[in-house]
Amino acid sequence: MTLLEFFIEVAGTYVSTLAFGVLINIPRRALNFGGWIGVLGFLLYRFTVLSGGGYVVGNLLGAFAIGVASLQAARIKKMPMILFNIPALVPLVPGGQAYQMIKNFALGQNATAFVFMMQVVMISGSIAFGFLLSELVNRVQQRAWRHRR
Amino acid sequence: MSSQKKRDQLILHTALTAGRIMIENGSEIERVEDTMTRIAHNAGAETSQLFVMITGILMAINGEVGAQIQPVKRRTFDLEKIAVVNQLSREFAAHDITLRQFADKLDHLDSETKYFPMWAQLLAAAMVSGPLEVVFRHNLHDFWISCFVGMIGWLVFYLLNKFIQIRFLSEFAGAATIGILAVFAVHLGLGLSVDDIIIGGVMPLVPGVPITNSVRDVLAGNLVSGPARAVEALVSAAAIGFGIAMVLQFL
Repeated sequence: MTLLEFFIEVAGTYVSTLAFGVLINIPRRALNFGGWIGVLGFLLYRFTVLSGGGYVVGNLLGAFAIGVASLQAARIKKMPMILFNIPALVPLVPGGQAYQMIKNFALGQNATAFVFMMQVVMISGSIAFGFLLSELVNRVQQRAWRHRR
Repeated sequence: MSSQKKRDQLILHTALTAGRIMIENGSEIERVEDTMTRIAHNAGAETSQLFVMITGILMAINGEVGAQIQPVKRRTFDLEKIAVVNQLSREFAAHDITLRQFADKLDHLDSETKYFPMWAQLLAAAMVSGPLEVVFRHNLHDFWISCFVGMIGWLVFYLLNKFIQIRFLSEFAGAATIGILAVFAVHLGLGLSVDDIIIGGVMPLVPGVPITNSVRDVLAGNLVSGPARAVEALVSAAAIGFGIAMVLQFL
């Protein structure tokens, strides 16, 4: 991957996260933060995959980073957390695999379709598990905050 | 009616309206419970009992009035309203606004919708489709046609949602439009790959809010609302899939 391709990917992730935020009417003040959180999650995913970590671990780390970063953003901006993690999640959605699954089912190639279906299930599961882990960190942090006050 | 009773009535009304607005616009259940409890507490109710589900809210406070039910009928995605309710609740907790003002502002918020202008939403739909097509498939040649196809698909989805209001049909029609346009674009030589254009084009239709909320609801222990939202997300995704599959089968 050349440097130019890398920059195109980062810019594409940022723009698409921001634009998805516009579609679900996120307040203007929260848009920029959401975009950068999306880039952060996607970069973690991309680097994990490039260094041979596999897409399951990559999605898990990406979702984990998005979950933790969203809570920090929510605390800084004093806004609900879902304003940041919903758009940030969009670049991790397994759109390509889901499409291949539908296509192969529609064309009657069920064996190939099942391979892609497994991938979709694994990726969705790893994203959900990444959220679970980030929620754990968030709860621990909240408890620490309450104790300090 | 005694003044205490009136006050209790107002507390219930405010908390229930706030909760309904939040669920209608795509908040997770835990946040709704938290906000409603805070409102009741800050308004001076000693205890409050809540039962929040994705289709309705039941709330009781101690005092002279009985428990009240608030059904939640429609469901849209307008996260700005959640942020506004959150902000109002904070102001109320800091005693910047009174309970009466809070209730009035909530009623006002309920009746107005402040979306981005139409051109901005269309541009946003285009800017979800094109860049994600490049990010996922590394196919720079099809960037512009993906933007266009995604934009038209989203427009169909939006218009059907607004005027016909049959849930999941709009996703189906939007996806079918995207599929047909992608096949024609490749036929006319405007694009290289049908697959890449469709993958980019359907991205604005992805049910991001229900997916995220279902995970968060299940993790927070709301075992009724979480799976309900997961079903919503799955049916939306299936509707998109059927739209694409139908086009691929016939063209």
